[in-house]
Amino acid sequence: MALTNLYLTPTALLISLALMLGGCQSLNSQPDRSLYQQLGEREGIENVVEDLLYLIVEDERINQQFKGMDVARFHQNLTDQLCELSGGPCSYTGREMRELHSDMDITDTQFNALAENLILAMEQNDIPTGAQNRLIKQLLPLYPDIRNL
Amino acid sequence: MTARRLMALILAFLAAPTATADIGSRIWATGGVTTIEGSAGGGLVPWALLGSYASDEEWGGTLALSRAEVDDYTLAVTGAGLNWNNRLELTVARQTLDLDSLVFTLKDGFGLEQDELNQDIFGAKIRLVGDVLYSPSGQWSAGVQYKRQRDFTVSSAIGARDDSGTDVYVSGSKLFFAAVMERNLLVNLTARATRANQGGLLGFGGDQNNSHELMMEGSVGLFLNRQWLVGAEYRQKPDNLGFATEDDWWDLFVAWVPDRRLAVTGALVNLGDVATLEDQQGLYLSLQGSF
Repeated sequence: MALTNLYLTPTALLISLALMLGGCQSLNSQPDRSLYQQLGEREGIENVVEDLLYLIVEDERINQQFKGMDVARFHQNLTDQLCELSGGPCSYTGREMRELHSDMDITDTQFNALAENLILAMEQNDIPTGAQNRLIKQLLPLYPDIRNL
Repeated sequence: MTARRLMALILAFLAAPTATADIGSRIWATGGVTTIEGSAGGGLVPWALLGSYASDEEWGGTLALSRAEVDDYTLAVTGAGLNWNNRLELTVARQTLDLDSLVFTLKDGFGLEQDELNQDIFGAKIRLVGDVLYSPSGQWSAGVQYKRQRDFTVSSAIGARDDSGTDVYVSGSKLFFAAVMERNLLVNLTARATRANQGGLLGFGGDQNNSHELMMEGSVGLFLNRQWLVGAEYRQKPDNLGFATEDDWWDLFVAWVPDRRLAVTGALVNLGDVATLEDQQGLYLSLQGSF
């Protein structure tokens, strides 16, 4: 059966459509104020980060990586960072992400654990699914820096 | 954050308790479900995802029971899989196809007394590169499925050349975050070289064609939230046997993944014409446990 048959199938069309949607979306990935508002503005983000820290401390996959850190400073920096990424009026003033994680040998297991805890923290704060997805999308470019890839 | 809450957090970190680990660290539903051939994927199409929730420092496994009931056939599948470090997936599956109405065709046309066909499938899939969630170019895997019929009488009678065969496939999967109505979209594309008739249940190769051909398979799924995935799959098929035409397969599915331990998949499947019986449509249900 020839490969060209594929172009006639409804699924091929769906896939092309999906790829196009994905493509358009990445061209138009500038965050806007509404994401910041959906996260509950600065106070909402502070609460998410605080709940995230409680989840991290309970999580034996990653809590050792955070031991000895300056909790107040970490809370402030991550809040600033999420606020800025979501289009809020903040600027992240912490160290560059790649430099910060360069000696930590973060594994995929640990990265997944942190991502899971962030999602759980957002759920605990009733952040809508769409806003959760949009925030994670903004965080994706940090993956190679954090994993030091 | 107030000073009091900050102090509570700092104390929590000083105590650094040990907690119970879950069964694997990958994000919910990123293990796909178990296909009818045992490999991780959707229902009919293998995806680049590896089964279970094992991440790069973990082991994981899956067990699955599936059943498809179409107009004139019933397919039952039992499958099991292991995942090492989210790098290598090893699977086994046993398929049993109840022939229901085909029993009469076989008896009258071929003088055969058989009411079911059985096949074992041994699969291996390796993740070549990328992560379905985090890599801009998605996750890419390659796999093989060695299929062996447990009884070749029927397939041989209708013109199949061999009672065993090997499918080889390459698969790409990518999740697009907030892609459609702020929901995450999963896209999979698989290219499979195969000479299997009806997935191997009717043997391998035939009078019309006896060599491997490249077939394209694809699926798209939309995560309504992290527990519900709805989508569609399409699987192109060869047509090796002269005695009956073989059609492409497709399905519309809903998967519910309440947590990492359980996945439930329901689908409307359309297998087209199967061994002279036309337009085989019906329901598919699959239960998967992960550990």
